[in-house]
Amino acid sequence: MIRFDQVTKSFDHEGTSFKAVNQVDLEVQKGEIFGVIGFSGAGKSTLVRLVNQLERPSSGKVLIDGQDMSQVSSGKLRSIRRGIGMIFQHFNLLETKTVFHNVAFPLTLAGAPKRKVKERVNEILEFVGLSDRANHYPDQLSGGQKQRVGIARALATSPSILLCDEATSALDPETTKSILNLLKKVRDEYNITILIITHEMNVIKEICDRVAVMEDGKVVEAGSIFNLFSQPKHPTTQKFVQTVMNDEIPKSILDQVETRYIYRVTFTDGSASQPVLSNVAKQFDLEVNVLYGQITELQDSPFGNLIVEFQGDDDEIQRALEYIKQQVIIQEVKSDGR
Amino acid sequence: MDVNIIEMWPRIAEATNETLLMVFISLALACLIGIPLGIALVVTREGGLIENGPVFNVLNVIVNIFRSVPFIILLVAILPVTRFIVGTSIGTAAAVVPLVFFSAPFVARLVESSLLEVNTGVVEAAQAMGATNWQIIYRVLIPEALSSITLNLTIATIGLVGASAMAGFVGGGGLGDLAIAYGYQRFETDIMIVTVVLLVVLVQFVQMIGNFLSKKLRRL
Repeated sequence: MIRFDQVTKSFDHEGTSFKAVNQVDLEVQKGEIFGVIGFSGAGKSTLVRLVNQLERPSSGKVLIDGQDMSQVSSGKLRSIRRGIGMIFQHFNLLETKTVFHNVAFPLTLAGAPKRKVKERVNEILEFVGLSDRANHYPDQLSGGQKQRVGIARALATSPSILLCDEATSALDPETTKSILNLLKKVRDEYNITILIITHEMNVIKEICDRVAVMEDGKVVEAGSIFNLFSQPKHPTTQKFVQTVMNDEIPKSILDQVETRYIYRVTFTDGSASQPVLSNVAKQFDLEVNVLYGQITELQDSPFGNLIVEFQGDDDEIQRALEYIKQQVIIQEVKSDGR
Repeated sequence: MDVNIIEMWPRIAEATNETLLMVFISLALACLIGIPLGIALVVTREGGLIENGPVFNVLNVIVNIFRSVPFIILLVAILPVTRFIVGTSIGTAAAVVPLVFFSAPFVARLVESSLLEVNTGVVEAAQAMGATNWQIIYRVLIPEALSSITLNLTIATIGLVGASAMAGFVGGGGLGDLAIAYGYQRFETDIMIVTVVLLVVLVQFVQMIGNFLSKKLRRL
Protein backbone atom coordinates (compact mmCIF):
# COMPACT_ATOMS: atom_id res chain seq x y z
CA MET A 1 0.00 0.00 0.00
CA ILE A 2 2.57 2.57 1.16
CA ARG A 3 6.19 1.66 0.67
CA PHE A 4 9.30 3.60 1.60
CA ASP A 5 12.26 2.41 -0.42
CA GLN A 6 15.59 3.71 0.89
CA VAL A 7 14.06 7.15 1.42
CA THR A 8 16.30 9.98 2.53
CA LYS A 9 15.22 13.58 3.05
CA SER A 10 17.89 16.12 3.84
CA PHE A 11 17.51 19.80 4.57
CA ASP A 12 20.25 22.29 3.86
CA HIS A 13 20.66 24.87 6.52
CA GLU A 14 23.39 27.50 6.31
CA GLY A 15 25.74 25.27 4.41
CA THR A 16 25.28 22.14 6.47
CA SER A 17 23.08 19.30 5.38
CA PHE A 18 20.83 17.61 7.89
CA LYS A 19 19.19 14.27 7.23
CA ALA A 20 15.72 14.39 8.76
CA VAL A 21 14.91 11.01 7.26
CA ASN A 22 17.80 8.69 6.61
CA GLN A 23 17.51 5.63 4.33
CA VAL A 24 14.16 4.45 5.59
CA ASP A 25 12.62 1.21 4.38
CA LEU A 26 9.07 0.58 5.51
CA GLU A 27 5.97 -1.04 4.18
CA VAL A 28 2.46 -0.29 5.39
CA GLN A 29 -0.16 -2.89 4.50
CA LYS A 30 -3.65 -2.14 3.30
CA GLY A 31 -6.15 -1.74 6.13
CA GLU A 32 -3.64 -1.76 8.96
CA ILE A 33 -3.00 0.89 11.56
CA PHE A 34 0.71 1.53 11.44
CA GLY A 35 2.40 3.63 14.09
CA VAL A 36 5.65 5.55 13.91
CA ILE A 37 6.98 6.62 17.29
CA GLY A 38 9.98 8.71 18.16
CA PHE A 39 11.08 11.59 20.33
CA SER A 40 10.76 15.07 18.88
CA GLY A 41 13.26 15.69 16.12
CA ALA A 42 13.42 12.01 15.19
CA GLY A 43 12.13 12.77 11.69
CA LYS A 44 8.69 11.19 11.99
CA SER A 45 6.77 14.30 10.90
CA THR A 46 8.96 14.57 7.82
CA LEU A 47 8.37 10.88 7.17
CA VAL A 48 4.59 11.27 7.12
CA ARG A 49 4.86 14.34 4.86
CA LEU A 50 6.81 12.30 2.35
CA VAL A 51 3.75 10.12 1.81
CA ASN A 52 1.62 12.90 0.30
CA GLN A 53 4.69 14.71 -1.01
CA LEU A 54 4.35 17.78 1.18
CA GLU A 55 8.05 16.97 1.39
CA ARG A 56 9.90 15.58 -1.61
CA PRO A 57 12.47 12.85 -0.96
CA SER A 58 16.10 13.77 -1.59
CA SER A 59 16.73 10.19 -2.65
CA GLY A 60 14.86 6.92 -2.65
CA LYS A 61 11.24 6.31 -3.52
CA VAL A 62 7.86 6.55 -1.86
CA LEU A 63 5.42 4.22 -3.55
CA ILE A 64 1.66 4.21 -3.11
CA ASP A 65 -0.04 1.19 -4.64
CA GLY A 66 3.17 0.66 -6.57
CA GLN A 67 3.22 4.16 -8.00
CA ASP A 68 6.35 6.24 -7.49
CA MET A 69 5.07 9.48 -5.99
CA SER A 70 8.02 11.56 -7.16
CA GLN A 71 7.36 10.63 -10.78
CA VAL A 72 3.75 11.82 -11.06
CA SER A 73 2.78 15.18 -12.60
CA SER A 74 1.53 17.95 -10.33
CA GLY A 75 -2.02 17.52 -11.61
CA LYS A 76 -1.94 13.80 -10.94
CA LEU A 77 -0.38 14.46 -7.53
CA ARG A 78 -3.33 16.65 -6.57
CA SER A 79 -5.77 13.93 -7.51
CA ILE A 80 -3.75 11.35 -5.55
CA ARG A 81 -3.72 13.71 -2.56
CA ARG A 82 -7.52 13.72 -2.59
CA GLY A 83 -7.27 10.01 -1.87
CA ILE A 84 -5.06 10.63 1.17
CA GLY A 85 -6.65 12.27 4.20
CA MET A 86 -4.52 14.01 6.79
CA ILE A 87 -5.14 15.21 10.34
CA PHE A 88 -2.90 17.42 12.43
CA GLN A 89 -1.87 18.09 16.02
CA HIS A 90 -3.32 21.60 15.93
CA PHE A 91 -6.28 20.61 13.73
CA ASN A 92 -5.60 23.32 11.09
CA LEU A 93 -9.25 24.18 10.55
CA LEU A 94 -10.44 27.25 8.67
CA GLU A 95 -11.31 29.64 11.51
CA THR A 96 -13.67 31.73 9.38
CA LYS A 97 -15.79 28.77 8.29
CA THR A 98 -18.42 26.69 10.05
CA VAL A 99 -17.92 23.04 10.86
CA PHE A 100 -20.09 22.20 7.85
CA HIS A 101 -18.01 24.28 5.45
CA ASN A 102 -14.75 23.01 6.90
CA VAL A 103 -15.80 19.45 6.18
CA ALA A 104 -17.17 20.50 2.78
CA PHE A 105 -13.91 22.25 1.90
CA PRO A 106 -12.03 19.36 0.23
CA LEU A 107 -15.16 18.48 -1.74
CA THR A 108 -15.59 22.07 -2.90
CA LEU A 109 -11.93 22.14 -3.93
CA ALA A 110 -12.55 19.05 -6.02
CA GLY A 111 -15.52 20.76 -7.64
CA ALA A 112 -18.24 18.45 -6.31
CA PRO A 113 -21.84 19.55 -6.98
CA LYS A 114 -23.59 21.31 -4.06
CA ARG A 115 -26.21 18.66 -3.44
CA LYS A 116 -23.59 15.89 -3.28
CA VAL A 117 -21.46 17.98 -0.93
CA LYS A 118 -24.36 18.50 1.45
CA GLU A 119 -25.23 14.82 1.45
CA ARG A 120 -21.67 13.68 2.07
CA VAL A 121 -20.92 16.28 4.76
CA ASN A 122 -24.04 15.39 6.73
CA GLU A 123 -23.24 11.70 6.45
CA ILE A 124 -19.66 12.13 7.66
CA LEU A 125 -20.63 14.53 10.47
CA GLU A 126 -23.06 11.88 11.65
CA PHE A 127 -20.21 9.35 11.60
CA VAL A 128 -17.95 11.48 13.82
CA GLY A 129 -20.85 12.46 16.07
CA LEU A 130 -20.96 16.18 15.33
CA SER A 131 -24.24 16.57 13.45
CA ASP A 132 -25.51 19.04 16.04
CA ARG A 133 -22.42 21.23 15.65
CA ALA A 134 -22.62 21.75 11.88
CA ASN A 135 -23.24 25.49 12.17
CA HIS A 136 -20.68 26.17 14.89
CA TYR A 137 -17.33 27.81 14.27
CA PRO A 138 -14.05 26.17 15.31
CA ASP A 139 -13.51 28.66 18.16
CA GLN A 140 -16.74 27.40 19.72
CA LEU A 141 -15.50 23.80 19.89
CA SER A 142 -13.37 21.84 22.35
CA GLY A 143 -10.08 20.28 21.25
CA GLY A 144 -11.65 16.86 20.86
CA GLN A 145 -14.49 18.26 18.77
CA LYS A 146 -12.02 20.15 16.58
CA GLN A 147 -10.12 16.95 15.93
CA ARG A 148 -13.39 15.22 15.04
CA VAL A 149 -13.98 17.96 12.49
CA GLY A 150 -10.42 17.36 11.25
CA ILE A 151 -11.16 13.67 10.87
CA ALA A 152 -14.48 14.36 9.14
CA ARG A 153 -12.74 16.73 6.73
CA ALA A 154 -10.02 14.17 6.03
CA LEU A 155 -12.63 11.51 5.32
CA ALA A 156 -14.90 13.69 3.17
CA THR A 157 -13.28 12.68 -0.11
CA SER A 158 -13.44 8.97 0.83
CA PRO A 159 -9.67 8.44 0.97
CA SER A 160 -7.96 5.06 1.14
CA ILE A 161 -5.19 6.35 3.40
CA LEU A 162 -5.37 8.51 6.53
CA LEU A 163 -2.24 10.20 7.82
CA CYS A 164 -2.27 11.30 11.46
CA ASP A 165 0.45 13.74 12.49
CA GLU A 166 0.50 13.82 16.30
CA ALA A 167 -3.29 13.90 16.12
CA THR A 168 -3.82 13.39 19.85
CA SER A 169 -0.79 15.19 21.24
CA ALA A 170 -2.74 18.36 22.08
CA LEU A 171 -5.58 16.46 23.76
CA ASP A 172 -6.17 15.27 27.31
CA PRO A 173 -6.04 11.50 28.02
CA GLU A 174 -9.81 11.06 28.05
CA THR A 175 -10.29 12.88 24.73
CA THR A 176 -7.30 11.03 23.28
CA LYS A 177 -9.06 7.78 24.05
CA SER A 178 -12.25 8.85 22.29
CA ILE A 179 -10.34 10.05 19.22
CA LEU A 180 -8.41 6.77 19.09
CA ASN A 181 -11.68 4.86 19.27
CA LEU A 182 -12.97 6.97 16.40
CA LEU A 183 -9.85 6.17 14.35
CA LYS A 184 -10.38 2.50 15.05
CA LYS A 185 -13.94 2.87 13.83
CA VAL A 186 -12.65 4.62 10.69
CA ARG A 187 -10.43 1.67 9.90
CA ASP A 188 -13.05 -0.95 10.70
CA GLU A 189 -15.93 0.66 8.79
CA TYR A 190 -14.12 2.16 5.81
CA ASN A 191 -11.09 -0.18 5.68
CA ILE A 192 -8.80 2.82 5.49
CA THR A 193 -5.07 2.36 5.96
CA ILE A 194 -3.95 4.58 8.83
CA LEU A 195 -0.43 5.86 9.40
CA ILE A 196 -0.01 7.39 12.84
CA ILE A 197 2.88 9.57 13.96
CA THR A 198 3.17 10.04 17.69
CA HIS A 199 5.48 10.37 20.65
CA GLU A 200 2.96 8.76 22.97
CA MET A 201 3.43 5.03 23.45
CA ASN A 202 -0.10 4.60 24.80
CA VAL A 203 -1.44 5.70 21.39
CA ILE A 204 0.60 2.93 19.76
CA LYS A 205 -0.46 0.44 22.40
CA GLU A 206 -4.11 1.41 22.08
CA ILE A 207 -4.71 1.06 18.35
CA CYS A 208 -1.70 0.14 16.23
CA ASP A 209 -1.13 -3.22 14.57
CA ARG A 210 2.49 -2.61 13.78
CA VAL A 211 4.98 0.03 14.80
CA ALA A 212 8.30 1.51 13.74
CA VAL A 213 10.56 3.30 16.19
CA MET A 214 12.50 6.24 14.78
CA GLU A 215 15.61 7.94 16.05
CA ASP A 216 17.81 10.48 14.27
CA GLY A 217 16.01 9.93 10.97
CA LYS A 218 16.41 6.17 11.04
CA VAL A 219 14.02 3.37 11.79
CA VAL A 220 15.81 1.60 14.64
CA GLU A 221 13.23 -1.10 15.24
CA ALA A 222 10.00 -2.21 13.63
CA GLY A 223 7.57 -5.03 14.12
CA SER A 224 4.23 -6.11 15.51
CA ILE A 225 3.04 -4.41 18.65
CA PHE A 226 3.28 -7.63 20.57
CA ASN A 227 6.88 -8.36 19.65
CA LEU A 228 7.96 -4.82 20.28
CA PHE A 229 6.34 -4.63 23.69
CA SER A 230 7.37 -8.07 24.85
CA GLN A 231 10.94 -8.02 23.53
CA PRO A 232 12.08 -4.46 22.84
CA LYS A 233 15.67 -4.63 21.60
CA HIS A 234 16.77 -1.06 20.95
CA PRO A 235 17.31 1.14 24.03
CA THR A 236 14.94 3.79 22.61
CA THR A 237 12.24 1.18 22.14
CA GLN A 238 12.79 0.00 25.69
CA LYS A 239 12.41 3.55 26.94
CA PHE A 240 9.10 3.95 25.09
CA VAL A 241 7.81 0.61 26.30
CA GLN A 242 8.67 1.61 29.85
CA THR A 243 6.54 4.74 29.54
CA VAL A 244 3.42 2.61 29.38
CA MET A 245 4.48 -0.69 30.91
CA ASN A 246 6.31 0.67 33.94
CA ASP A 247 8.26 -2.55 34.44
CA GLU A 248 10.92 -0.96 36.56
CA ILE A 249 11.31 -2.83 39.81
CA PRO A 250 11.07 -0.77 42.98
CA LYS A 251 14.29 -0.31 44.92
CA SER A 252 12.88 -1.95 48.03
CA ILE A 253 12.64 -5.20 46.09
CA LEU A 254 16.01 -4.83 44.36
CA ASP A 255 17.70 -4.50 47.72
CA GLN A 256 16.60 -8.02 48.56
CA VAL A 257 17.48 -9.93 45.37
CA GLU A 258 20.74 -11.24 46.80
CA THR A 259 19.04 -13.07 49.61
CA ARG A 260 15.77 -14.16 48.02
CA TYR A 261 14.60 -16.02 44.92
CA ILE A 262 13.09 -13.21 42.88
CA TYR A 263 12.08 -13.70 39.25
CA ARG A 264 10.42 -11.75 36.48
CA VAL A 265 7.69 -13.68 34.70
CA THR A 266 6.71 -12.25 31.32
CA PHE A 267 3.37 -13.21 29.88
CA THR A 268 2.94 -12.98 26.13
CA ASP A 269 0.69 -14.41 23.47
CA GLY A 270 -2.24 -15.26 25.64
CA SER A 271 -0.18 -17.03 28.28
CA ALA A 272 -1.48 -14.55 30.81
CA SER A 273 -4.80 -16.30 30.69
CA GLN A 274 -3.19 -19.53 31.92
CA PRO A 275 -3.04 -19.88 35.67
CA VAL A 276 0.69 -20.69 35.53
CA LEU A 277 1.64 -19.50 38.98
CA SER A 278 -1.32 -21.07 40.62
CA ASN A 279 -0.44 -24.40 39.00
CA VAL A 280 3.12 -24.11 40.25
CA ALA A 281 1.95 -23.57 43.78
CA LYS A 282 -0.25 -26.62 43.53
CA GLN A 283 2.24 -28.96 41.87
CA PHE A 284 5.37 -28.05 43.75
CA ASP A 285 6.11 -27.75 47.40
CA LEU A 286 6.73 -24.00 47.48
CA GLU A 287 5.09 -20.68 48.10
CA VAL A 288 4.62 -18.09 45.35
CA ASN A 289 4.63 -14.49 46.47
CA VAL A 290 3.73 -11.79 43.90
CA LEU A 291 5.74 -8.69 44.76
CA TYR A 292 5.01 -6.36 41.91
CA GLY A 293 3.73 -6.34 38.38
CA GLN A 294 1.40 -5.22 35.69
CA ILE A 295 -0.89 -6.97 33.26
CA THR A 296 -2.33 -5.03 30.36
CA GLU A 297 -3.98 -5.74 27.06
CA LEU A 298 -2.21 -5.60 23.71
CA GLN A 299 -4.27 -6.15 20.60
CA ASP A 300 -6.97 -7.83 22.62
CA SER A 301 -4.71 -10.33 24.34
CA PRO A 302 -3.34 -9.95 27.84
CA PHE A 303 0.28 -9.05 28.22
CA GLY A 304 2.44 -8.14 31.15
CA ASN A 305 5.00 -9.15 33.67
CA LEU A 306 5.02 -10.06 37.31
CA ILE A 307 7.83 -9.94 39.81
CA VAL A 308 7.46 -13.00 42.00
CA GLU A 309 9.34 -14.51 44.87
CA PHE A 310 9.58 -18.26 45.44
CA GLN A 311 9.93 -19.50 48.99
CA GLY A 312 10.91 -23.10 49.58
CA ASP A 313 13.53 -25.79 49.08
CA ASP A 314 16.29 -24.97 46.49
CA ASP A 315 15.81 -28.16 44.43
CA GLU A 316 12.07 -27.74 44.41
CA ILE A 317 12.43 -24.18 43.14
CA GLN A 318 14.79 -25.32 40.34
CA ARG A 319 12.26 -27.94 39.23
CA ALA A 320 9.46 -25.40 39.37
CA LEU A 321 11.51 -23.01 37.20
CA GLU A 322 11.99 -25.74 34.56
CA TYR A 323 8.24 -26.26 34.52
CA ILE A 324 7.46 -22.53 34.19
CA LYS A 325 10.01 -22.04 31.39
CA GLN A 326 8.00 -24.32 29.15
CA GLN A 327 5.04 -21.96 29.30
CA VAL A 328 6.20 -18.40 29.85
CA ILE A 329 9.37 -16.33 29.82
CA ILE A 330 11.04 -16.25 33.24
CA GLN A 331 14.25 -14.51 34.22
CA GLU A 332 16.07 -14.10 37.48
CA VAL A 333 16.01 -10.49 38.64
CA LYS A 334 19.51 -9.10 38.98
CA SER A 335 20.41 -6.36 41.41
CA ASP A 336 20.58 -3.83 38.55
CA GLY A 337 16.91 -4.41 37.90
CA ARG A 338 17.23 -6.16 34.51
CA MET B 1 -13.08 87.86 11.05
CA ASP B 2 -13.20 88.40 7.28
CA VAL B 3 -15.37 85.46 6.38
CA ASN B 4 -18.55 84.12 7.85
CA ILE B 5 -18.85 80.44 8.59
CA ILE B 6 -22.39 80.39 7.21
CA GLU B 7 -21.23 81.94 3.96
CA MET B 8 -18.36 79.48 3.84
CA TRP B 9 -20.57 76.37 4.12
CA PRO B 10 -20.81 75.70 0.38
CA ARG B 11 -17.02 75.90 0.23
CA ILE B 12 -16.67 73.56 3.23
CA ALA B 13 -19.15 71.08 1.76
CA GLU B 14 -17.25 71.11 -1.52
CA ALA B 15 -13.96 70.53 0.28
CA THR B 16 -15.45 67.63 2.21
CA ASN B 17 -16.63 66.16 -1.06
CA GLU B 18 -13.18 66.57 -2.56
CA THR B 19 -11.55 64.85 0.41
CA LEU B 20 -13.99 61.94 0.25
CA LEU B 21 -13.48 61.64 -3.49
CA MET B 22 -9.69 61.77 -3.24
CA VAL B 23 -9.58 59.24 -0.41
CA PHE B 24 -12.07 56.92 -2.03
CA ILE B 25 -10.52 56.91 -5.50
CA SER B 26 -6.96 56.68 -4.15
CA LEU B 27 -7.95 53.85 -1.83
CA ALA B 28 -9.64 51.93 -4.63
CA LEU B 29 -6.65 52.30 -6.94
CA ALA B 30 -4.18 51.61 -4.13
CA CYS B 31 -6.04 48.39 -3.31
CA LEU B 32 -6.12 47.43 -6.95
CA ILE B 33 -2.34 47.64 -7.04
CA GLY B 34 -1.45 46.97 -3.41
CA ILE B 35 -3.50 43.84 -2.73
CA PRO B 36 -2.07 41.78 -5.61
CA LEU B 37 1.36 43.15 -4.73
CA GLY B 38 0.93 42.08 -1.10
CA ILE B 39 -0.18 38.63 -2.21
CA ALA B 40 2.81 38.40 -4.56
CA LEU B 41 5.15 39.34 -1.70
CA VAL B 42 3.73 36.53 0.41
CA VAL B 43 3.70 33.76 -2.17
CA THR B 44 7.12 34.48 -3.70
CA ARG B 45 9.02 34.80 -0.44
CA GLU B 46 11.28 32.04 0.86
CA GLY B 47 9.09 29.09 1.81
CA GLY B 48 6.10 30.64 0.03
CA LEU B 49 3.69 28.86 -2.26
CA ILE B 50 5.49 29.88 -5.44
CA GLU B 51 8.89 30.68 -4.00
CA ASN B 52 10.79 32.97 -6.36
CA GLY B 53 13.77 34.85 -4.95
CA PRO B 54 14.41 37.32 -7.80
CA VAL B 55 10.74 38.36 -8.11
CA PHE B 56 10.41 38.77 -4.36
CA ASN B 57 13.58 40.84 -4.09
CA VAL B 58 12.58 43.19 -6.90
CA LEU B 59 9.07 43.74 -5.48
CA ASN B 60 10.45 44.14 -2.00
CA VAL B 61 12.92 46.82 -3.04
CA ILE B 62 10.33 48.74 -5.10
CA VAL B 63 7.91 48.77 -2.19
CA ASN B 64 10.63 49.89 0.20
CA ILE B 65 11.69 52.74 -2.08
CA PHE B 66 8.19 54.20 -2.26
CA ARG B 67 7.63 53.57 1.43
CA SER B 68 10.75 55.53 2.39
CA VAL B 69 10.01 58.74 0.47
CA PRO B 70 8.07 61.25 2.60
CA PHE B 71 4.71 62.03 1.00
CA ILE B 72 5.38 65.73 0.58
CA ILE B 73 8.54 64.91 -1.43
CA LEU B 74 6.80 62.21 -3.41
CA LEU B 75 4.07 64.67 -4.26
CA VAL B 76 6.54 66.96 -5.97
CA ALA B 77 8.94 64.32 -7.26
CA ILE B 78 6.40 62.55 -9.40
CA LEU B 79 4.85 65.68 -10.87
CA PRO B 80 5.98 64.73 -14.41
CA VAL B 81 4.36 61.32 -14.00
CA THR B 82 1.20 62.99 -12.74
CA ARG B 83 1.15 65.34 -15.70
CA PHE B 84 1.66 62.41 -18.04
CA ILE B 85 -1.18 60.38 -16.52
CA VAL B 86 -3.89 63.01 -15.90
CA GLY B 87 -2.70 65.72 -18.24
CA THR B 88 -2.33 68.32 -15.49
CA SER B 89 -0.40 68.66 -12.26
CA ILE B 90 -2.97 70.63 -10.29
CA GLY B 91 -6.41 69.79 -8.99
CA THR B 92 -8.08 66.89 -7.26
CA ALA B 93 -7.41 64.38 -10.05
CA ALA B 94 -3.73 65.31 -10.01
CA ALA B 95 -3.59 64.75 -6.25
CA VAL B 96 -4.87 61.20 -6.66
CA VAL B 97 -1.73 60.09 -8.53
CA PRO B 98 0.79 60.76 -5.74
CA LEU B 99 -1.73 59.49 -3.19
CA VAL B 100 -1.87 56.17 -5.04
CA PHE B 101 1.92 56.01 -5.36
CA PHE B 102 2.09 56.69 -1.64
CA SER B 103 -0.57 54.28 -0.41
CA ALA B 104 -0.32 51.32 -2.81
CA PRO B 105 3.03 50.14 -1.37
CA PHE B 106 1.64 50.76 2.11
CA VAL B 107 -1.43 48.63 1.33
CA ALA B 108 0.89 45.97 -0.09
CA ARG B 109 2.83 45.81 3.19
CA LEU B 110 -0.35 45.74 5.27
CA VAL B 111 -1.88 42.97 3.15
CA GLU B 112 1.42 41.10 3.31
CA SER B 113 1.48 41.21 7.09
CA SER B 114 -2.17 40.13 7.32
CA LEU B 115 -1.58 37.17 5.01
CA LEU B 116 1.52 36.14 6.93
CA GLU B 117 -0.62 35.85 10.05
CA VAL B 118 -2.60 33.03 8.47
CA ASN B 119 -1.71 29.74 10.14
CA THR B 120 0.72 27.90 7.85
CA GLY B 121 -0.82 24.65 9.05
CA VAL B 122 -4.09 25.56 7.33
CA VAL B 123 -2.20 26.11 4.08
CA GLU B 124 -0.49 22.77 4.54
CA ALA B 125 -3.86 21.12 5.18
CA ALA B 126 -5.21 22.60 1.94
CA GLN B 127 -2.15 21.35 0.05
CA ALA B 128 -2.68 17.90 1.52
CA MET B 129 -6.26 18.03 0.20
CA GLY B 130 -4.98 18.59 -3.31
CA ALA B 131 -5.69 22.32 -3.58
CA THR B 132 -4.00 24.26 -6.37
CA ASN B 133 -1.90 27.30 -5.45
CA TRP B 134 -4.59 29.54 -6.85
CA GLN B 135 -7.24 27.81 -4.72
CA ILE B 136 -5.04 28.22 -1.66
CA ILE B 137 -4.72 31.95 -2.33
CA TYR B 138 -8.38 32.75 -2.88
CA ARG B 139 -10.03 30.05 -0.77
CA VAL B 140 -7.66 29.89 2.20
CA LEU B 141 -5.25 32.81 2.49
CA ILE B 142 -7.58 35.68 1.56
CA PRO B 143 -10.74 34.52 3.42
CA GLU B 144 -8.75 33.64 6.54
CA ALA B 145 -6.95 37.01 6.48
CA LEU B 146 -9.93 39.11 5.41
CA SER B 147 -10.82 40.36 8.87
CA SER B 148 -7.24 41.43 9.52
CA ILE B 149 -6.88 42.91 6.01
CA THR B 150 -9.99 45.03 6.63
CA LEU B 151 -8.57 46.43 9.86
CA ASN B 152 -5.29 47.16 8.10
CA LEU B 153 -7.08 48.84 5.17
CA THR B 154 -8.78 51.04 7.75
CA ILE B 155 -5.34 52.16 8.86
CA ALA B 156 -4.45 52.84 5.22
CA THR B 157 -7.65 54.82 4.71
CA ILE B 158 -6.98 57.01 7.71
CA GLY B 159 -3.43 57.48 6.46
CA LEU B 160 -4.92 58.60 3.16
CA VAL B 161 -7.17 61.14 4.89
CA GLY B 162 -4.04 62.61 6.46
CA ALA B 163 -2.01 62.54 3.26
CA SER B 164 -4.85 64.03 1.23
CA ALA B 165 -4.69 67.09 3.45
CA MET B 166 -1.20 67.72 2.11
CA ALA B 167 -2.48 67.50 -1.43
CA GLY B 168 -3.47 71.13 -0.96
CA PHE B 169 0.09 71.90 -2.01
CA VAL B 170 -0.70 70.91 -5.56
CA GLY B 171 -4.07 72.59 -5.40
CA GLY B 172 -5.69 69.27 -4.80
CA GLY B 173 -8.51 70.74 -2.83
CA GLY B 174 -10.16 69.02 0.09
CA LEU B 175 -10.44 69.82 3.77
CA GLY B 176 -6.68 70.01 4.23
CA ASP B 177 -6.40 72.59 1.49
CA LEU B 178 -9.17 74.62 3.10
CA ALA B 179 -7.55 74.45 6.50
CA ILE B 180 -4.23 75.66 5.12
CA ALA B 181 -5.63 78.32 2.82
CA TYR B 182 -8.10 79.88 5.28
CA GLY B 183 -7.31 78.59 8.73
CA TYR B 184 -3.52 78.80 8.55
CA GLN B 185 -2.64 81.44 5.96
CA ARG B 186 -5.54 83.80 6.71
CA PHE B 187 -5.80 83.12 10.42
CA GLU B 188 -9.48 82.12 10.17
CA THR B 189 -9.62 80.09 13.36
CA ASP B 190 -13.31 79.19 12.86
CA ILE B 191 -12.57 77.54 9.53
CA MET B 192 -9.60 75.71 11.06
CA ILE B 193 -11.79 74.35 13.85
CA VAL B 194 -14.57 73.30 11.50
CA THR B 195 -12.22 71.44 9.14
CA VAL B 196 -10.41 69.71 11.99
CA VAL B 197 -13.72 68.65 13.52
CA LEU B 198 -14.85 67.32 10.15
CA LEU B 199 -11.60 65.38 9.77
CA VAL B 200 -11.98 63.95 13.27
CA VAL B 201 -15.55 62.87 12.49
CA LEU B 202 -14.42 61.34 9.20
CA VAL B 203 -11.62 59.36 10.84
CA GLN B 204 -13.94 58.16 13.62
CA PHE B 205 -16.47 57.09 11.04
CA VAL B 206 -13.91 55.23 8.94
CA GLN B 207 -12.55 53.44 12.01
CA MET B 208 -16.05 52.50 13.11
CA ILE B 209 -16.91 51.00 9.74
CA GLY B 210 -13.55 49.21 9.65
CA ASN B 211 -14.08 47.69 13.10
CA PHE B 212 -17.60 46.64 12.23
CA LEU B 213 -16.63 45.00 8.93
CA SER B 214 -13.60 43.31 10.46
CA LYS B 215 -15.76 41.74 13.13
CA LYS B 216 -18.30 40.54 10.57
CA LEU B 217 -15.59 39.09 8.34
CA ARG B 218 -14.22 36.90 11.11
CA ARG B 219 -17.08 34.54 10.29
CA LEU B 220 -17.76 33.99 6.64
